[in-house]
Amino acid sequence: MTEEEYIDQQIKRNVVITTIDKIYNWGRRSSVWPMSFGLACCAFEMICAAAARFDLARFGMEMMRPTPRQADLMIVAGTVTKKMAPQVVRLYDQMPEPKYVLAMGACAISGGPFKDTYNVVNGIDTYLPVDVYVPGCPPRPEALLEGFIKLHQMIEGQTILTSPWYRKEVEREMPVPVLGPQGLVIPGEGDE
Amino acid sequence: MSREVYERLVEEFPETSLEYLEEKDPAISVKADDLFEVARHLKEKQGYDYLSAVTGVDYPDRFEVVYHLYSMREKKGVVVLKVHASKEDPEVPSLVPLWPGANFQEREVYDLIGIRFAGHPDLKRVLLWEGYEGHPLRKDFPTEGYQTIGQEELS
Repeated sequence: MTEEEYIDQQIKRNVVITTIDKIYNWGRRSSVWPMSFGLACCAFEMICAAAARFDLARFGMEMMRPTPRQADLMIVAGTVTKKMAPQVVRLYDQMPEPKYVLAMGACAISGGPFKDTYNVVNGIDTYLPVDVYVPGCPPRPEALLEGFIKLHQMIEGQTILTSPWYRKEVEREMPVPVLGPQGLVIPGEGDE
Repeated sequence: MSREVYERLVEEFPETSLEYLEEKDPAISVKADDLFEVARHLKEKQGYDYLSAVTGVDYPDRFEVVYHLYSMREKKGVVVLKVHASKEDPEVPSLVPLWPGANFQEREVYDLIGIRFAGHPDLKRVLLWEGYEGHPLRKDFPTEGYQTIGQEELS
């Protein structure tokens, strides 16, 4: 074996040519840290998905962070009441970019059985940009895992060049609604 | 159980207008003015030391507050008291001085039905937020609730 052949072999074994996006997204999607908070019964399915039988660690998602400042993914697991919605939006605003939202269960998607009642928000996508919807009442852990796989696919499809979170001109902060006399009001947007 | 309690109450309070309601769950109807004295008698003389539930009901012609009393010490109950309140000005006396556990339950009835409890130490909303308009479990409250304002702008 000549020296040139040897170097060729070593290059084949040790050098990978890929794109920045691919390796960057691979790293990001392999360790999405969810924020650990639950609003209603869906939270138990989420807890179950994190435990031994379903094991979120297989997806690199076992690090449930109790603070929004270390979380990448917000799992809105359960009914969002009007009294809770401002806190949920505030938590979202405190998460660092890039951040994702997964609406888990019928209530978080649309209000579910409580749609159009006096105390429940008609889906958290009224106030937050939701990336993945996982339907069910509550969804089984397998459904939640499917939602995570969908989220991973979505992350892999993103590119740094067009990602909104590196652009200064894009306003990513969501306005926090306040409690008004007849429901939630977004400040500065008028009364109607 | 309610029958003996009712008969003893009639002996004890001959001048008040009590009524025995013979239903599936027998109850004793009390006027709002006499409620506190009757409740005090039940607690102190007959041993009903536990107020299990305070419930508000919205009937077409009246409001009603229902009290469920048990005795933990003597293991007896239930005694059901029913009090009427008018549609225009629903107010009944508070039972917090007798059973401190009535505090949050009366606040909940006030919050959702809008019956005021005279003498309550801190009568404000407990489930909904301060500044909410209306009482959502009343029958004249719109079924669909109020539309969330600001919904159209974002979606």
